[in-house]
Amino acid sequence: MQNNGLLARIRRSEGASGLAIISPTAFYAILLLAAPLVTVMLFSVLTSENGHIVWDFSLSNYETVFTHPVYRAIMLRSLMVSMLVTLATVLLAYPLAYYISFNVPAHRKSMWLFLVTLPFWTSYIIRVSLWRVILGYNGVIDSALMDLGLVGEPLNILSNGVMSIVITLAHAYAPFAILPIFVSLEKVDRALLEAGQDLGETRLRTFWRVTLPLSMPGVIAAVLIVFIPTVGDYVTPELIGGGKVPMIANMIESQLLKQRDQALGSALSVTVMAIVAVVSIIFLTLNRRFLGGQK
Amino acid sequence: MKSPSLRIYAIAYLVFLYAPIILLPLFAFNDSKVVQFPLKGVTLEWFRQMAGDAQLGIAVKNSLIIALSSSILSTTLGIFAARASTRFRFPAKGALMGLIMLPMVLPEIIVAMSLLIVLLAIGVKLSLFTIILGHVLVCTPFATAILTSAFQSLDKSLEEAAYDLGETPLSTFRLIILPLVLPGIISAFLICFTISIDEFIVSNFLGSGEAILSVYIFGQFRFPAKVPSMLALGTILVLISICLLTIAEYFRRRGIAKTGGKDTGGFL
Repeated sequence: MQNNGLLARIRRSEGASGLAIISPTAFYAILLLAAPLVTVMLFSVLTSENGHIVWDFSLSNYETVFTHPVYRAIMLRSLMVSMLVTLATVLLAYPLAYYISFNVPAHRKSMWLFLVTLPFWTSYIIRVSLWRVILGYNGVIDSALMDLGLVGEPLNILSNGVMSIVITLAHAYAPFAILPIFVSLEKVDRALLEAGQDLGETRLRTFWRVTLPLSMPGVIAAVLIVFIPTVGDYVTPELIGGGKVPMIANMIESQLLKQRDQALGSALSVTVMAIVAVVSIIFLTLNRRFLGGQK
Repeated sequence: MKSPSLRIYAIAYLVFLYAPIILLPLFAFNDSKVVQFPLKGVTLEWFRQMAGDAQLGIAVKNSLIIALSSSILSTTLGIFAARASTRFRFPAKGALMGLIMLPMVLPEIIVAMSLLIVLLAIGVKLSLFTIILGHVLVCTPFATAILTSAFQSLDKSLEEAAYDLGETPLSTFRLIILPLVLPGIISAFLICFTISIDEFIVSNFLGSGEAILSVYIFGQFRFPAKVPSMLALGTILVLISICLLTIAEYFRRRGIAKTGGKDTGGFL
């Protein structure tokens, strides 16, 4: 009887109800996300033999990842390309976010945001593929410029792998950068700007000393949101770089599926996760500093 | 603070954003095998070629099966997660919610590859089903995010009133909560559907070579002769997703209006 009452009370308690309700989703994520991630971490310290995993503990996979010249070169290039993409995306997005926040009348803001996010929801594959057609030899840009007589011969931007990847990804991730910056700019107290100008600062100096620091949390969020998926981007290097500029994701694919070296592929995956985690921690710490400076 | 240069920049940026989408119909109707200026004339040849492509028909069918199943599943899972996280405090809440939302911040290749390694290790044969498993993982965080904002704007006193009037938790959910969050559910479903149709990495690696729309498009763009008919296909896809999004946006706004909240921006 008493036992029964206790059970009923547990069942009725808030914590148990919450856990019960979240359990289907949590169970799914544990089974299909957490367990596979743990498996990858485990495989990364084991050894591969003829496409099978052998229970032979070693750190040699990580040694290969960090010392083998090919892997190191691809890893560094991936990082460099993602950083370039992030820099370009955020720098291009900031003025637009600023424009929407400060210059667009309040009732038109949501229309502008809708306009900015709309291209994002149209097929990623098609958008990336289109850039190949646009940038390619005698493609849209080349033929348009030659038609107008602006250039004598095709520019063939596509042959510059890194630059094409940067253009394509800066386009693909634009809304991800614009939205967080916009949100943080919206929070900037307009009275502070007036105060700055009343005290004799120029508009540029007010921007530099008030608006920009106050919008840094949004910029940092934008950096993270753009950087993380671009580090793991597979489609763009494959389609735009023509496989000539492989990035980490393409290397993981080739190790796991073509070379059937699951241990090394796992070590590469874990390294990518570690890079993402380290970059996130650095930027979140920076963010805390900015937030701390405000209050 | 009006500055004309900023306005010009904003317009130039929009041109950059929309350039590929504007070029899509332009070259889909262009009477030339090569995608370049000047335009040659109007033709429906590429749409005809696309319609006659049997392989594409299979890809569309497979993609629809995957997108419907995974958006229904992820919206359902999203409802559970959003309801639990907005209404209850429970142990390990932060960790569990963090895990559920993790695919949003993890490079997709990692999600796909780790799942693939496990599926291969336990000997599951790759099929449409394994793609659905992956898509649900990718879509659930988006559904959860949208539904969380829908559940958050619920007035808790409505629910309490229903209990006071003798409704059971289940009937309260059905009679009070569900109708109020229904717009959120519809918009989550549509977003998941769009993401799933568009998703490439999971479809590419967790499938066993069945034609899937995004994988098929990816493959076709490698052959210059196929590009115009892919642009025709792209034009149709863009139209469909704009329609779906407009409907999703409509329901999201109606949901906010219904619960008496204030509009705070778009989906993201």
